[in-house]
Amino acid sequence: MAYSDKVVDHYQNPRNVGSMDQNSKTVGTGIVGAPECGDVMKLQIEVDENDRIVDAKFKTFGCGSAIASSSLTTEWIKGQTLDEALMLKNTDIVTELALPPVKIHCSVLAEDALRAAIADVKSKMAKTTETASA
Amino acid sequence: MKSIYLDHNATTPVDPRVLEAMLPYFKETFGNSASRNHSFGWAAEEAVDKARGQVAKVIGAGSKEIVWTSGSTEGNNTAIQGVARMYADKGKHIITCTIEHKAVIDPCKFLETQGYEVTWLDSDPKGCISAEQVKEAMRDDTILVTLMFANNEIGTIHPIAEIGALCKERGVLFHTDATQAFGKVPIDVNEMGIDLLSLSAHKVYGPKGVGALYVRRKKPRVRLQPILHGGGHERGIRSGTLNVPGIVGCGAAAEIALAEMQTESVRTAQLRDRLWAGLSEHLTEISVNGDPQNRLPNTLNVSFLYVEGESLMMGFGDIAVSSGSACTSASLEPSYVLKGLGLGDDLAHSSIRFSLGRFTTEQEIDHTIKRVVAAVNHLRDMSPLYEMAQAGIDLSKVVWQSH
Ligand SMILES: Cc1ncc(COP(=O)(O)O)c(C=O)c1O
Repeated sequence: MAYSDKVVDHYQNPRNVGSMDQNSKTVGTGIVGAPECGDVMKLQIEVDENDRIVDAKFKTFGCGSAIASSSLTTEWIKGQTLDEALMLKNTDIVTELALPPVKIHCSVLAEDALRAAIADVKSKMAKTTETASA
Repeated sequence: MKSIYLDHNATTPVDPRVLEAMLPYFKETFGNSASRNHSFGWAAEEAVDKARGQVAKVIGAGSKEIVWTSGSTEGNNTAIQGVARMYADKGKHIITCTIEHKAVIDPCKFLETQGYEVTWLDSDPKGCISAEQVKEAMRDDTILVTLMFANNEIGTIHPIAEIGALCKERGVLFHTDATQAFGKVPIDVNEMGIDLLSLSAHKVYGPKGVGALYVRRKKPRVRLQPILHGGGHERGIRSGTLNVPGIVGCGAAAEIALAEMQTESVRTAQLRDRLWAGLSEHLTEISVNGDPQNRLPNTLNVSFLYVEGESLMMGFGDIAVSSGSACTSASLEPSYVLKGLGLGDDLAHSSIRFSLGRFTTEQEIDHTIKRVVAAVNHLRDMSPLYEMAQAGIDLSKVVWQSH
């Protein structure tokens, strides 16, 4: 099965590869998947005081479609608020990258990684507010 | 550089000399080898018999012991089901192993549903089954041992002669799926105690859809219940008008493989070792799967830690190889052969099989090394597993959020 041009492009020129400080209070990290399953995605976001995603990074172990799904996700969410980012659906990734049915799980993984990263940063912010008000 | 084909264990191109030998049998010499009363039939029969001799010679058999098939899937089924049904009153126990090709595993599984019992031997970490294991599994009602000569994914060669001797001693029939070994390494059915052997033309520069089953005629005379009933061709074992051009191609391919076996096995082994040396010079944390000594000269199976096989293949561009990962298959299960060696699923997902061939050149190998090294580095740069391992995290202790 041939890969779509967009998958190939993200594979060859992945956007936003990298890592951020997992312990920073403004950084949310989502790690999903397992090596045994052949995919592990790490997606990180940095959020400003207005809940806006100012930066996003990913690292992915997985097939080309998994790499492209995470790369595309970081590209899309940069500049969005957390609420906007939460509206991203895996089907949007499927459409944009023209993923075949056997690769849909790659897009699901990217959505899950994003949700995990958002949940992580939200829980950190909640704690910060608690300590601030205490 | 144009496409590089390093997937010869999947299939091989037809050698131009083989094609040349086949062509007349599509045109002027088109007869049915079973037509006993005119020259068209005689010419076809003569060609088929010549090919029988060419194939038999590669394995030290007599030409009357060669039964034409459509390939190894048919050969394996004919042998395994044929023995099982013919000798059912002697016993219903069969011995095989877990890392066979599906064309052995599935007929054995089918027989399990028909009241037969199968012992599935586990291989050692190098992909090897020992004669000792076979001996321990043998019972009074064992009728067949079926073990592959060489494994298609990792190239490991089993101690066939030892297992054959054991089977002779115990009076148990011995079948071997020699699809990958035929024409690549020396085989002698008498010295090795082999009673049945499957081979396929398309793995040795012959056409697809044709092969042969060796069926021993004396000491002992092996009898098979046929699967295909009909005109009684091929000693009644395999009815159906013979694929004369294909058979001629199979014979020609066998003759060339035998004539060139010595030089080719040295040449491909040197190229394989050059490939491994190049990869290990430039990359850390890679390992060979299979037995470094007892293996096919053309096969190199490598795990590249922390990168996934399919994404690696994507990075190779126009280099055709095969991956132990199976992200495209519905099951998402990595290779059962690699898992059978005790490799974790993560390593199985990270493995690539390079299988070299007759037309592989040194330049192609050097180019492959460059492409593979670049792809591995590209992917490790974006691998969270590589990053964690570099940070000293033990990946086996991580609790993953798997689906
Ligand atoms: C070990 C082994 N057995 C059997 C087969 C099946 O052979 P064929 O394609 O001739 O049916 C293959 C090839 O795919 C093989 O490698």
